[in-house]
Amino acid sequence: MAEMEVTFELAKENGITPEEWEKIHKILGRKPTYPELGIFQAMWSEHCSYKSSKIHLKTLPTEAPWVLQGPGENAGIIDIGDGWAVAFKMESHNHPSFIEPYQGAATGVGGILRDVFTMGARPLANLNGLFFGAPDHPKTPFLMRGVVAGVGDYGNCIGVPMLGGQVTFHPCFNGNNLVNAFTLGVLRGDRIFRGKAEGVGNPVWYVGSKTGRDGIHGATMASAEFSEETEEKKPTVQVGDPFTEKLLLEACLEIMADDFVLGIQDMGAAGLTSSSLEMAERAGSGIRIDLSKIPLREKDLNPYEILLSESQERMLFVAKKGYEKEILSVFRKWNLDAVQIGEVTDTSRAEFWFGGKKVADIPIAGIGDEAPLYDRPSAEPEELSEMRKLDLSKIEDLKDPGKEFLHFIGSPHLCSRKWVFTQYDQSVRTNTVQGPYHEAGLIRLKGTTKGIAMSLDVNPRLCKLDPRLGAASAVAESALNVACAGAKPLGVTDCLNFGNPEKPGVMWEFKEAMAGMREACLKLETPVVSGNVSFYNETEGVGIYPTPSIGMVGLAEDISKTATCFFKKDGAKVLLLGKRKGTLGGSLYLSAVKGLDKGNPPELDLDYHKSLINLMISLIGDGLVESAHDVSEGGLLPALAECCLSPLSDDLGASIDLKPGQRLDELFFGESISRVVVTADPESAGEVMKSAAAAGIDAGEIGLTGGKDFSVSIEGKRIFSLKISEIRTVWENGIDKILA
Amino acid sequence: MKARIYVFLKPKVLDPQGKAIEKALSTLGFEEVKSVRAGKFFEVETGDVPPGKEEETLREYCRKLLVNAVIEDYRIEVIEK
Amino acid sequence: MRVTVVQFLGSNCDHDVIQWSKDIFRMPTEVVWYTESDLRKPDLVLLPGGFSYGDYLRPGAMASRTPAIESVIDFAKSGGLVLGICNGFQILCECGLLPGALLRNSSLHFICRDLYLKAGNKKTPFTNKIPDGKLLRVPIAHGDGNYFCDEETAKALESEGRVAFRYVSPEGKIDPEWNPNGSMSGIAGILSEKKNVLGMMPHPERASDKALGCEDGRLIFESVISHLES
Repeated sequence: MAEMEVTFELAKENGITPEEWEKIHKILGRKPTYPELGIFQAMWSEHCSYKSSKIHLKTLPTEAPWVLQGPGENAGIIDIGDGWAVAFKMESHNHPSFIEPYQGAATGVGGILRDVFTMGARPLANLNGLFFGAPDHPKTPFLMRGVVAGVGDYGNCIGVPMLGGQVTFHPCFNGNNLVNAFTLGVLRGDRIFRGKAEGVGNPVWYVGSKTGRDGIHGATMASAEFSEETEEKKPTVQVGDPFTEKLLLEACLEIMADDFVLGIQDMGAAGLTSSSLEMAERAGSGIRIDLSKIPLREKDLNPYEILLSESQERMLFVAKKGYEKEILSVFRKWNLDAVQIGEVTDTSRAEFWFGGKKVADIPIAGIGDEAPLYDRPSAEPEELSEMRKLDLSKIEDLKDPGKEFLHFIGSPHLCSRKWVFTQYDQSVRTNTVQGPYHEAGLIRLKGTTKGIAMSLDVNPRLCKLDPRLGAASAVAESALNVACAGAKPLGVTDCLNFGNPEKPGVMWEFKEAMAGMREACLKLETPVVSGNVSFYNETEGVGIYPTPSIGMVGLAEDISKTATCFFKKDGAKVLLLGKRKGTLGGSLYLSAVKGLDKGNPPELDLDYHKSLINLMISLIGDGLVESAHDVSEGGLLPALAECCLSPLSDDLGASIDLKPGQRLDELFFGESISRVVVTADPESAGEVMKSAAAAGIDAGEIGLTGGKDFSVSIEGKRIFSLKISEIRTVWENGIDKILA
Repeated sequence: MKARIYVFLKPKVLDPQGKAIEKALSTLGFEEVKSVRAGKFFEVETGDVPPGKEEETLREYCRKLLVNAVIEDYRIEVIEK
Repeated sequence: MRVTVVQFLGSNCDHDVIQWSKDIFRMPTEVVWYTESDLRKPDLVLLPGGFSYGDYLRPGAMASRTPAIESVIDFAKSGGLVLGICNGFQILCECGLLPGALLRNSSLHFICRDLYLKAGNKKTPFTNKIPDGKLLRVPIAHGDGNYFCDEETAKALESEGRVAFRYVSPEGKIDPEWNPNGSMSGIAGILSEKKNVLGMMPHPERASDKALGCEDGRLIFESVISHLES
């Protein structure tokens, strides 16, 4: 291959700014080679360097006595007692999923699984946050079918159950759908593996799929100077191979059971470049890699391509010298090729060789220390003040409440996610206590009484109207979901999806969201232990609503003392705990039915919310409530109906009687973050009310379970009554409207 | 040798994938489409095979692994001996 | 009773059936790797579910051509008990121990949900403990569970009492809504001629623990225990 002439023009095309070009010269003391330019470009990309977000991310709380590993590693880890720990992380795969929904979503799941088992944890549960455009947008069905099948096929093949998550439709995602994949794994707290290249002279190993041209940076590859075979060398869509990943998972866990692996890292974004540099950086060592030894899928890859390939299902690890035989025998058993491609050095430099020639030589500290950091300008978007104005007097109240309720609950926004969830294996590994139809996913930890609960939440509409409140509400809601399963919230992973950070409005949204997350995470004592940022979710200048997805993980000490959201038997009292009144500002009802994303979202009192969370944990732990369901998007009536719609048992109805004093739409569909519907045996209902009063939480009886109808009245006056079977039919077939 | 092997479902076996593709094509306006059956296609490259034994060898591949005779038929094509 | 579980590359319910046998029923349980021929003298061989070889080519095709399966064929031919679950059922069809094949679900989707099973014959090593009138609630989780065989085989399966389980509605009726993968005659599991080999798509090992909500799957394992004791 002819050596590429590296000029500033070429660097600029690759997204390098004049200041960065200067810095590269300062770091190297010379002009970069072409592969070096590729390394800087990748490592200083938004994706790898977090240059626009870093200063704001630093404000998030990341510590607690139970945090064993905070941000900066492949996944965060928290201690759950008795020597056990859970590793978890969430990551976006938004852009690839828009281009090729099936493979984009599948490789998203593959990547997050690797991040977790890299830490030495066995992945035991997945969640997914999927955000699509408007239900009637022409691309929505295509994207939805592809993404759901991709997520499902990958996780199903590996054998990690999908325990739920979120499926949201909104026009703001028309040009940018989001795929946020979450994985949780379990490990022993004293067997954590980290991505470190330690011990001078130790071999660096490559294992997994061969390297191809997948995902190499598009702009560069398409440049005409690069090659005459431009067409042939266009970046290819990353294709997932879950079978190889399964082998990689088992083989890696098997070698990690021994003591000769010192550090291990997934080759994710920016492939070999970022994995090798990060491993050396964390250990404060150097690394030398011979690119000629990398197993290739196509023979003619050049060093630049090998360094930047994002082929899937590949890992890099450093092992103690002298264990070559043991390592090879494990990988041979699992039909995988493992190759020694280099060694750890004490030079503090990353050297890459190819065909006996040094093609890149970079001081590792330089890349990290000199990485650009931006405090980008921010300003509140102009449209916000107008969006926050809401004049309810111009909106007609409900006229035919029963019919309008049925229409609302059968809309794609509220209907059953059965079409999605049945495509995911929910019960493999026989740990699933609560699967995707529940408030939170809940698995048991075999050999203990413990249960691990997890929930993924965000309401992009609230985050648009008030990013600070919206982000805090996402943390609050996910924590309440986990508490409604009976678990204590312990830690957060996030996936921060935003538009173009170079726009002051987007940057303002990001900063505000970080402030809101910080407040909520501090108050609820749920540190952020891992996560990722996805900027530039924009198409033709139109960005998404700010979408900071929150993955919350909690611990239930005794799995036999947990709750589900479904009504259990006739004659139980239905109680509403928490804020008495909801508001229509920013509600799903206004958005989905009236087409208005307007108003001030419901306020959030974090102290009150924390008391409610603690109350739920103690009520469930004491066995005083039979079911618990948090009232979120859609408001009170949809939440109550959902409690009647267990996928596994017969229809069980309820008679609800509410107090007057609000418009019907506000009473039925108004929203508030801090509300929970519970049921209790008539004998324990008094006890529940007393506990609530002691905790300073409002509580009121709003009905009785029983029968096969869902009846709603106000002060004894019947407003409507519907058969549960009728609601179920509409609710279960809502997604069909999109797919038809 | 270089060869191609085509594997398809027997006519009697329901092919939901083919049916779905057939429907999709007519939805796209290709009303003339009468039927689609989906199948599999393998490109095989081997070392030396005894002359005259090419087809027999390929049939062995099919019988032993590539084809499930309960539901599938196949066709072979030797491209280069 | 001695149990042997065969592990293939890509099996992912291997841990689940090992736990079923070893922890729930406290049976001595051996794990045999697919390259091994020695099954270690089992009374029951379990072929687990999952995606052996990623379901590439055809589900179960590549696993069915391994040394361990050759031994399983010999073991079954000498009357040994073999239970293949999900991918294990697909392997049993591919290796010829059971007739027919499992095609793509008619919906073309992977489906995971609880379904109801009705035993077609209570006088077999795998079903003898199922009380009369009892339907088993057991989850399925597969993309290729649409059972197909030729008419002659279908007749033989029916007349010889070899339909082990059918998908039925909660009322016990054949109902397309409760046979979501489109299996012919609602077939969920079938037996070999001598009824010592059972292949079934649903996962009884996932419905055998009170902590997870349902224990109906235990009856299948308990039937095997009772058969071997008598």
